[in-house]
Amino acid sequence: MSFGKPKIVCFVCNWAFTEQELAVSRIRKVADMSVVRVMCVGRIDPVIMLETFIKGADGVLLVGCAPPDCHFVEGNVYAELTVKVLKKLLVLADLEPERLEVRWVSPVEEVRFTGIIEDFAKQLKKLGPSPLAKEKYDVNILEDVSAAKNAVADFRLRALIGKEKELTRSVNAYGERISQIEFNALLDEVVKAEFIRHKILVLARKKPFSVRELAEVLNIKPAVVLRHILNMRRKGMIALANIDGATPLYEALEVR
Amino acid sequence: MVEFEPKIIGFLCNWCSYAGADLAGVSRIQYPPNIRVIRVMCSGRVDPVIVLEMFANGADGVMVMGCHPGECHYLEGNLYAEWRIKMLKKLMACAGLEPERLRLEWVSAAEGSRFANMVKDFTNQLKGLGPSPLASEKPDETILASIRAAERAAGTSRLRTLVGREKELAEEENVYGEKVTQEEFDKLMDESVKEEHLRSRIYLLTKDKSMSVKELAKHLSVDTRVVLRHIVVLRRKGLLAMDRIEGISPLYVALEAR
Amino acid sequence: MADGKIGAVLVVGGGVAGVQAALDIADSGFKVYLIDRAPSIGGVMAQLDKTFPTNDCSMCILAPKLVEAGRQPNITLITNAEVTELSGKAGNFEVRIRKQSRYINEEKCNGCGLCAQKCPVEAVDAYNRGLNDRSAIYIEYPQAVPLKYMIDREKCIGCGICQEICRAEAVEYEQEDTETTLKIGSIILAPGFTSFDPRLKTEYGYGRFQNVVTSIEFERILNASGPYGGLILRPSEGEIPRKIAFIQCVGSRDAQLGNNYCSAACCMYSIKEAIIAKEHVPIELECTIFYMDIRAYGKEFDAYYNRAMEEHGVRFVRSRVADVGEDPLTSNLFVHYVEDGEPKTEEFGMVVLSVGMRPPENVEKLAEVLGIGLNRYEFCQTDTFSPIETSKPGIFVCGAFAAPKDIPESVAQASGAAAKAIAVIASERGKLITVKEYPPERDVSREEPRIGVFICHCGINIGGIVNVPEVVEHAKKLPDVVYAEENLYTCSQDTQVRIREKIRELNLNRVIVGACTPRTHEPLFRETLREQGLNTYLFEMANIRDQCSWVHMHEPERATEKAKDLVRSVVAKARLLEPLKKPVTSVIPVGLVIGGGVSGMTTALELARQGFEVHLVERAKELGGHLRHIYYLLGSENPQEMLRSIIEDVSENERIHVHLNTAIVDVKGYVGNFTTIIRSGGNEKQIEHGIIVVATGATEYEPTEYLYGIDSRVLTQRELEERLAKGQFNAKTVVMIQCVGSRNEERPNCSRICCSQAIKNALKIKELSPETEVYVLYKDIRTYGFKEDYYREAADKGVLFIRYDDEHKPRVTRENGKLMVLAWAPILKTWVPVEPDILALSVPAVPNANNEHLARMLKVPLTKDGFFLEAHMKLRPLDFATDGIFLCGLAHWPKPIEESISQACGAATRAATILSKKTLEVEGIVAHVDEDLCVGCGLCITLCPYSAIEKDETGIARVQEVLCKGCGTCGASCPKRAITMQQFTDAQIVAQGLAVLRGVVHG
Repeated sequence: MSFGKPKIVCFVCNWAFTEQELAVSRIRKVADMSVVRVMCVGRIDPVIMLETFIKGADGVLLVGCAPPDCHFVEGNVYAELTVKVLKKLLVLADLEPERLEVRWVSPVEEVRFTGIIEDFAKQLKKLGPSPLAKEKYDVNILEDVSAAKNAVADFRLRALIGKEKELTRSVNAYGERISQIEFNALLDEVVKAEFIRHKILVLARKKPFSVRELAEVLNIKPAVVLRHILNMRRKGMIALANIDGATPLYEALEVR
Repeated sequence: MVEFEPKIIGFLCNWCSYAGADLAGVSRIQYPPNIRVIRVMCSGRVDPVIVLEMFANGADGVMVMGCHPGECHYLEGNLYAEWRIKMLKKLMACAGLEPERLRLEWVSAAEGSRFANMVKDFTNQLKGLGPSPLASEKPDETILASIRAAERAAGTSRLRTLVGREKELAEEENVYGEKVTQEEFDKLMDESVKEEHLRSRIYLLTKDKSMSVKELAKHLSVDTRVVLRHIVVLRRKGLLAMDRIEGISPLYVALEAR
Repeated sequence: MADGKIGAVLVVGGGVAGVQAALDIADSGFKVYLIDRAPSIGGVMAQLDKTFPTNDCSMCILAPKLVEAGRQPNITLITNAEVTELSGKAGNFEVRIRKQSRYINEEKCNGCGLCAQKCPVEAVDAYNRGLNDRSAIYIEYPQAVPLKYMIDREKCIGCGICQEICRAEAVEYEQEDTETTLKIGSIILAPGFTSFDPRLKTEYGYGRFQNVVTSIEFERILNASGPYGGLILRPSEGEIPRKIAFIQCVGSRDAQLGNNYCSAACCMYSIKEAIIAKEHVPIELECTIFYMDIRAYGKEFDAYYNRAMEEHGVRFVRSRVADVGEDPLTSNLFVHYVEDGEPKTEEFGMVVLSVGMRPPENVEKLAEVLGIGLNRYEFCQTDTFSPIETSKPGIFVCGAFAAPKDIPESVAQASGAAAKAIAVIASERGKLITVKEYPPERDVSREEPRIGVFICHCGINIGGIVNVPEVVEHAKKLPDVVYAEENLYTCSQDTQVRIREKIRELNLNRVIVGACTPRTHEPLFRETLREQGLNTYLFEMANIRDQCSWVHMHEPERATEKAKDLVRSVVAKARLLEPLKKPVTSVIPVGLVIGGGVSGMTTALELARQGFEVHLVERAKELGGHLRHIYYLLGSENPQEMLRSIIEDVSENERIHVHLNTAIVDVKGYVGNFTTIIRSGGNEKQIEHGIIVVATGATEYEPTEYLYGIDSRVLTQRELEERLAKGQFNAKTVVMIQCVGSRNEERPNCSRICCSQAIKNALKIKELSPETEVYVLYKDIRTYGFKEDYYREAADKGVLFIRYDDEHKPRVTRENGKLMVLAWAPILKTWVPVEPDILALSVPAVPNANNEHLARMLKVPLTKDGFFLEAHMKLRPLDFATDGIFLCGLAHWPKPIEESISQACGAATRAATILSKKTLEVEGIVAHVDEDLCVGCGLCITLCPYSAIEKDETGIARVQEVLCKGCGTCGASCPKRAITMQQFTDAQIVAQGLAVLRGVVHG
């Protein structure tokens, strides 16, 4: 299917480009653009980025100042770490991670905004339209991205994103440094766990589910699902709804 | 319309159920905020009169919670609680208040979720029953009078002694060396509850103004002969006296209890 | 001072045994250091769901003891700690303790748990045996003592969130391990056991098959606060199993593994788990127990076993399971076993391995550091007549480390170890304990109520949901409230100072705290009141955390309303509070021990060693009791020699007054002040004493079965023993029949000692006359613990063990002078004839005929079987419900000598906790009788479970305050409503209710 202009939402750091640079008309030819100016890309909540996909964006682009030039010292570092986690989540949600990118510009490099957009539009064209942008959007992916969104809304992932730099580049509370490899392993585990749990939550809001049913839907081992269920119970996310014969069914608990 | 939120008074024993409620807290198990807990050392402490006083003052439900049978910190206080609740439910039925508004449950110190479930369940049940007729600004006067009579009945020696002796009578032999069967005992209890309730009603009615047997019979919708029989007993106990005779009807009046 | 004795004891291990020993010792006037390797005390018992044979909730009965241990001012808890060095000798040891860092300041942490909620790292929950996860900052279980969080350093990534969020500033990442040196007089070892690791029994598939779990994992699964919330789920996919197999003796009675001993408790806990499991699921659950012998040898255990079969439908299969396989598709398990000689396979949804007890971890190191001996299984080395002493003087042992055992035996032995530990340092009583001085109590009786209210934010635990300032404002408007404020933590030290200031400044005479639960925090605030000269009963708590903010997190407004209601409710009560006096009674420091057998003598000796005078009353004309008929033991000790030495000790001890040929005629009084009349010959004598120990023993059953008394070749085991000992034995063939007169309709329970007795005699026969054939006809061989070795030895020496069941009881006939025994051979399915020269009957110990009489005199209960019934079968095995009366030995239940001695020492300790005090002070919440209203109907007397009410001369009920425990059942039943339960009066309770219902407090 041919795919005209990809829908791009671009969050641009207030300090990166001037109004005029952003208003170049050529951009409109390659993409259906929305530009959102923010004080610092490091301040964009990851929830908003995923929400943007849910609303039907084909791609989300963050443009900010290159690492040493951040007006807010480290906002860009935080943005990069956030995007890293979000990409992991997009993979889990079956949405191409290339739909989310972050670009750094530096005043000394003289990068043009149009160039950045053209490159990104090209990348998106290769991918085709987002499965959530179509009229008949993919319900499963929508659910997955919603789950991912809820996962980044939750304290646990946000805490890890917020602490990554300090822990890996400086020292932790015990004065030790955690290697990037170690941290990535932990992050992968947590991202996956949180995604699955929020996926379970999305499912269990619709009707009570058994471990087996969930395992089938999620395509993971029932024993693993059970473990997640136990953790979710501990955290007050779900509760036992009823027992059907020998099968306990679990339901989502509303807001914590 | 705002959904009806029942007011529940919970009497929890210190050792098991109160600890169970604490565990529900520690485990952050959510339940409806309708219950107000009053801590007592043992469910056996809960005097039937106190329970009825709660209803008279508009409680939509009362929950008594104790240790599971055999686990009472005080050996068997919970058994007495069970017998008292049984008696109370009978009294409530006599008084025209749904006995389901009173519940006895066993919750151990390890059963935080059981506690939460019990409260949830009872709250829902009471929502189904609707507000107590005594809960509003203007309580149903007939039922209130009847509950007050029940309260008085629950304070009488007869009912209190019967409840207190249930274990002895059921498990051991009575003074004649006979064993009373549970059935016999229940029957005796039923009768006693009805009689004491009726007597208390007569007593309380004649407290406000002197009344004749006929008036009382009409008011209470019972046979005059029954009323008369109770009046005889009440007079014998020094609780009632003849006030005056109007026409051919003697009028009776309650005496202050000594 | 270098050689002087030190009035302090180190207790190693904070399980139920260690805690009991610590409480007993501290209660007797000595300082205790209680150390545990874990972050909280409680041991294995805290992990259990229910306990047999009463099915009591384990945590419910244990938690109060743990809380008491945490609160006792003379017990110092040292958690995460172990002993690294020991020097000195009995009476004066120096010990080094290494304490692992918690990374939490224990002084500051108030256990609110916010850190655990926010910790981003999850770790496997070892407390729940890996069945679920917890956060990296954690407590082991919600009721943990001490309630102090700990960081799992292995898992923690050091993100710093817990420190940022902790309002109490308790997180200290820089905290290091510490070492301390303690000076102590004696040591008690109660390190407990570890479970056998079933991975070593590869054939059962543990670790490979998800649905094969251990019994301790299964306890956690059953537990309502366990990983599955009390539902039984298959770890493979969270479904409820329909069939569960329990496999017994995993890691026990296993010569291949070198664990030949029996772990003593597994049969019973498996039966319990099977019964409870059936109660915990909403579907029909089949439970099958695969066993070799069911060892239900304890008090009323067989009755429990029978109920499991008959009422609960638990199936028992006598077979050693060969191996377990798995269906990879369904994760179901195949159990392969042999029954009646035939190999069988059965499919189950779950398999529970009843894992045995192993010595505690690092036991060699512990033994080396302390210099104590271990037995061949690496449990602590002990002897029959010194079951509590280790090989090193001044170091004692109790609980499972001495030998695998169940809870009540551990508790009894712990009290016993306390006696031994105290005896070493008896002269130092009271020297190292702290007695706090308080200002005189202010008389508030004439004052109008002046209430101060302190509402706690609990960090954000309360304040995050409940609008605390609003609650404070509400409180200020309530009648008699003269002051109200909010605190970040009302329980913190600086707030205590503040409360005291406010009491002084504003002349407050009632204090209310709106915070967490009075069950844990009331004592703290009461102490604050007392320090400021206010009566401690002028205090109330509103639980606005556990009952409000934590359970109504989504409804902050209604939670706030409820918090106001709860505060208003206690204000209404507080207005009616009155100062209470704690009843005090004097104590006569003299003991009365009834029964002069080995138990009674031991108790008397232990009491005397602690410095108390004792009257030892014996009905017979000489001391010794049952032990006089025991000539040899399974081990090498000589019982008659030991008996002589004990009698000598008793006779020589000037503090012990022995009364032989003496009966108890009358007992009057109560704890601390008993008066007993004893009669010897025609002379009556009166004794004044503070406690009573019942050690009256038991009687041997005189059989009517199997031609006993008719044919002179039919003997009891005791008679056989006498012949063997006196060289009068001569027989080619001996048949022994077990369970004669026990485990039947009339006496359903096991007599515990007869199996060992039979094996002892069988071994003696093989020793004296190896050619003699010995047949033992049995139902189950119950040689629990290390006695299993002797069973094996007997079998190795050719003693033939033939099992019978109730349908195939042995038949004994005499024809033409020939004694003939027919024994059923189950595998051959036929009756086998044997012609014995001696037929020995194993008969039970039965209760003494006069138990009932004595029980009535003492107002203590008996079991259905007629043995004395203790206050609580699990945790108070040596006490009666009535204070000041204790129990030990065969009067409690049949038991071997070493257990009687342990119990006897324990009873002495329990008694000494009373005798060591000049006066007894008890809780002030007691019943009060209005003499004008009481008509003397006596109903309260029948209702009181503690015999605390009696009629006085005028026929009016009178509460013996020191005995009253404050339950209030009497008052709620009193026909005349003449009894008031202080601190919980009708008026107070009603005021609480009305304040809630009417929304106002009425003046």
